[in-house]
Order: sequence, then C-alpha cells, then structure tokens
Amino acid sequence: MTWSEMQPLLEQACWDTLYMVGWSTLIAVVGGLPLGILLVLTDKGGLLQNVVANKVIGQVVNIARSMPFIILMVALMGFTRTITGTTIGREAAIVPLAVGAIPFFARLVETAVREVDGGLVEAVQSMGGNTWTVVRKVLVPESLPSLIASTTTTIVALIGYSAMAGTVGAGGLGDIAIRYGYQRFETDLMWITVGILAVVISLIQFAGDYAARTLHRRGGRSGAAPKLRLLKAATQPAGTGLPPNAG
Amino acid sequence: MITTSGLTKVYRARGREVTALDGVDLHVREGEVYGVIGQSGAGKSSLIRCVNLLERPTSGTVTVAGQDLTALAGRGPRAGKELRRARSRIGMVFQHFNLLSSRTVQDNVELPLEILGVSGRERSRKALELLDLVGLADKAKVYPAQLSGGQKQRVGIARALAGDPKVLLSDEATSALDPETTRSILQLLRDLNRQLGLTVLLITHEMDVVKSVCDSAALMERGRIVESGTVSELLATPGSKLAGALFPVGGEATGEDRTVVDVTFHGESATQPVISQLSRTYNVDISILGAAIDTVGGLQVGRMRIELPGRYEDNVVPIGFLREQGLQIDVVGQEPVLVKEGAK
Repeated sequence: MTWSEMQPLLEQACWDTLYMVGWSTLIAVVGGLPLGILLVLTDKGGLLQNVVANKVIGQVVNIARSMPFIILMVALMGFTRTITGTTIGREAAIVPLAVGAIPFFARLVETAVREVDGGLVEAVQSMGGNTWTVVRKVLVPESLPSLIASTTTTIVALIGYSAMAGTVGAGGLGDIAIRYGYQRFETDLMWITVGILAVVISLIQFAGDYAARTLHRRGGRSGAAPKLRLLKAATQPAGTGLPPNAG
Repeated sequence: MITTSGLTKVYRARGREVTALDGVDLHVREGEVYGVIGQSGAGKSSLIRCVNLLERPTSGTVTVAGQDLTALAGRGPRAGKELRRARSRIGMVFQHFNLLSSRTVQDNVELPLEILGVSGRERSRKALELLDLVGLADKAKVYPAQLSGGQKQRVGIARALAGDPKVLLSDEATSALDPETTRSILQLLRDLNRQLGLTVLLITHEMDVVKSVCDSAALMERGRIVESGTVSELLATPGSKLAGALFPVGGEATGEDRTVVDVTFHGESATQPVISQLSRTYNVDISILGAAIDTVGGLQVGRMRIELPGRYEDNVVPIGFLREQGLQIDVVGQEPVLVKEGAK
C-alpha cells in the first residue's frame, strides 16, 4: 500500500477518532461531574448525606466501570438505537463511549473533590453559603487542577476505547490498525496508526498537564520553580498517560 | 450578645456516645473579648461551632444579638435561609485560615459579599477597605500561597469582617502562628474590638492569649464550663484554677518554720505598696518567692508569693493586716489549697 493510498484513509480515521472522542468526552464531563460531586455530597458526613442515594449511585458506577467496553457496546445496542436510530457508525459509537466514560470520570471527580479541605466548606457555611454555593465557589474551583488532570485521563482512555468502536463500523484509527494492519497484513499502515495514536496521546497529555500545572501554580509558591517544573513536564516520555485498561 | 443555655452536644458513632458539651451556659457581653480556654477534647471547638450552628446542638439554645439561632435551625441537617442569613452576620476565623487557594486575596475577602449578593463594584471597594484595615492593602492581587501565616490570618480576619458582623468567632486563630505573629494578630483583634465595637468570642488552649486580650474568660473541662467571669473576678475567686494559671507563682518554703502566703492583687490594691508597709509596721522580713503582675484590661492584676518567718500561728496578725488592705490572701499548705497547674 502506497502513501497516497494510505493518506485519505488515515485522514478520515483521524477525524472519526476526534469526532467520537470529542463528543463522548463532552458528554462524560457533563454527566460525570455532577455524578462525582453527588457521590461526595451524599456520602456519610457530606452536605447532602443520604446513605441510600450514595449506595445506589456508587453501585451503578461500579457496575458500569467493571464492564469491559466491548461488552458494554453490545449490551447497549438497544439503547443506542433508541437515541441515534442506528447501531452502526461513529454517531452510534458515541453512545457506549459516553456511557462507559461517565462513571469512569465520575470516580475521578469524586477522588479530586474529596481532596478539597473540609475547612473551606466550613468557612463558606459560616459565611451563610448553601450547598450550591459550596459546590460552585469551593469544590469545583479548588479541585480544578485535579479535574483537568482527570479529564485528560478520560480523553486518553476514550481514545483507547474508541479503537474498539471499529467493531460497529465507526471507523477511527484503531479500526484502521485492526482491519488493515492485522487482518490484511498491512504492517506499515498499522505502525503508522500506532505512531499517530502515540503522538496524539502525548500531545493531549502534555496539554492537560500544562493546563493543570498552570492552574495549580497559584496554589504553590510563585517564582522560578514552576518554570523548571514546566520544562520537566515537556521532556516527560510520551505515552505515560496510557491507562492500564486502554484498548 | 452571645448567650448559650443548657447547651449539650452528643456525638453518636457506632453505638458509642461521646458528650462533647454537657450543659454549657455562656454569656458574652456586648463589646467584650471573651476567651474560652481548655485542653484539646474539652469541647471548645464544639462550643464555638454550636454558636453559629455549624454543629447542631443536641439540646439547649443559642442566642446571638437577641436572635435565637436554635429556633431558626428548622428540621433536617441543612441550614435554612434564615439561619444562613444569621450566620452571615457572625464572622468566623479559623486556625488554619481556610482561604481558597484558587482565589486572590481580594477575591477571598469578596467571597462573603458574593454570597450576600453585593454588586461587583461595591464588593471590591469593601474588600480593599478591609484589606487596608488589616494592613494588607498591597497584597490584594496575590494568591494566599504567597503569604506568610500571619498575613493569611489577616486575610481571614478581613474576610470575616466583610459582612459587617457584630460578633466575631475565633477558632484557635493564633494556634498555628509563632509567638511574635500571635501577638500582632491578637493586637489586631483587640484593635478591631475597640474600633468597631466588635464582640469577640475566642477559643484557645494558650493562656497567653487570654492574658493579653481577654476581658473575660471561661475554663472548660470535659464539656463543662468550670469557671467563668471577668479576669479580675476570677482573680478574686479563692482557689481559681484560671487565676492560678494566668498568674502562676512558684516557690517552696525555705525552711520548716516559715509561712508561705499567696497575695492576689486586683484593682485598687495593686497600686498600694502593701508589702513594704507590712514590713515596716510589723518589723518582719519578707522574702518574695515569686510574682506575676500584669496589666489586664487596663487594670493592674497579679499574684505574688511571699514568705514570712515563723509558723502560721505566729503570723496571724500580719496576714490579718494584708486582708484588711483588700487583698486576697491564700496561705499555702493551709485552708483552701490553690491548684497551681492551670489548663495548659
């Protein structure tokens, strides 16, 4: 296969991957952020303490998290058809990707929000703030660097998941690697897609780390030290962001 | 200004009950600095958190500025609108400052105003004014992480004052600071108390804090207030643990046939040269074993431990003379035994 044959394939695949990952990330953040915050608020000692709600949300998240993505995709086919009208193609792939990513992101949000010092919550309460004020003025802004890092992790995980979306004809880089590289022995094409994936993931990880660090810098000491840390971040080896369950 | 009556707080955890507050009656007058002192676990934190109902008392009432907060609380764990409104009129400063690291100093001070729904321009005017008041006008745009501990607490105080409170609660505000910074923060609290007529309720485990700023004090032990009153009232109370801890005097009798006497000065008598008068009138040699005299709330107060030659029976007359001068006399080893170890 020549480069001129590969190029349009790869271009299309890149767009498909971006499209699927972009939308599913957006939905995961919109759905996972409130869910993660609710997990913290409804927990014992939380502002909206509700043991039953906490257990239910926790269980739903656990079940969704424990399901292998490929099974989730098949299991959700009916649901996908109801929403998108089809079970094939990139739009159809977004549904299971988002459904899989929401609980994943929610757990990361939960961890990030738990890190926020309880004293800050108390301070806002002493000023007369309600729960919504606490969420808006304390929990989200104070955990923002961690939330950005969590989003980065989610995007990287979704790129991994999206490779499996090829099985429902969604296209994307992973699909190319499997169909051409594995099934048709086009080893060159496979390595190129692997290379592109590595580069894309590194770029996303770098951008995410940069954003998180820039925000986090306010929390740390000012001066020359953060710049040094930024340089270090830039020279970190690529692929460090790959989660264990990607792909 | 602040009155609690029969305040009880019981924590239940895994079937066990822990009584943090056991019927606390506290009365803080308007415009005074009131210190509650006690060891960790004595219930101080629970008490101050019950005053603005961050902790819901198990029973009893809390009245702040004539408003019964316990009646506003309503049912369920969440604070209703009325209670939140009342809280916004009570400032609170914390041991660990509790500033938002994601906001600048100015934005931190503006936070209570945002909650109150004050407009943007008015917020920043008020915040800058308050930062000026606490001496941090030049730090408005920096982040809390760039400040020292003392500066952070100043921001905490400015923030607590944003809602124009009449009452300020201070939860161990100086416990994370070094002695010098502690002094400057206490001085600031004292100044604010005078300038703004602010009523301050502070809890601490440091006797020095009570000594340097408080008009009144209470000693807490195991969830109860065991002593309370103005500093000179406490000094006038025979055997007061707080007075003993505030003005510790030590020293043992130098021989068998000696009488050791603790003399407590408060108010007028502190200005009289009674010791030299005693010496001249009865021609006795007096040794001073230890003394702690200070100016508390503008009055000279303190205690002195002196030694007279001869046994107690030989010294009844000189001791009677001291009593006549309006001094409080406690004979060590006789009658009411003073407790020397305070709540430290």
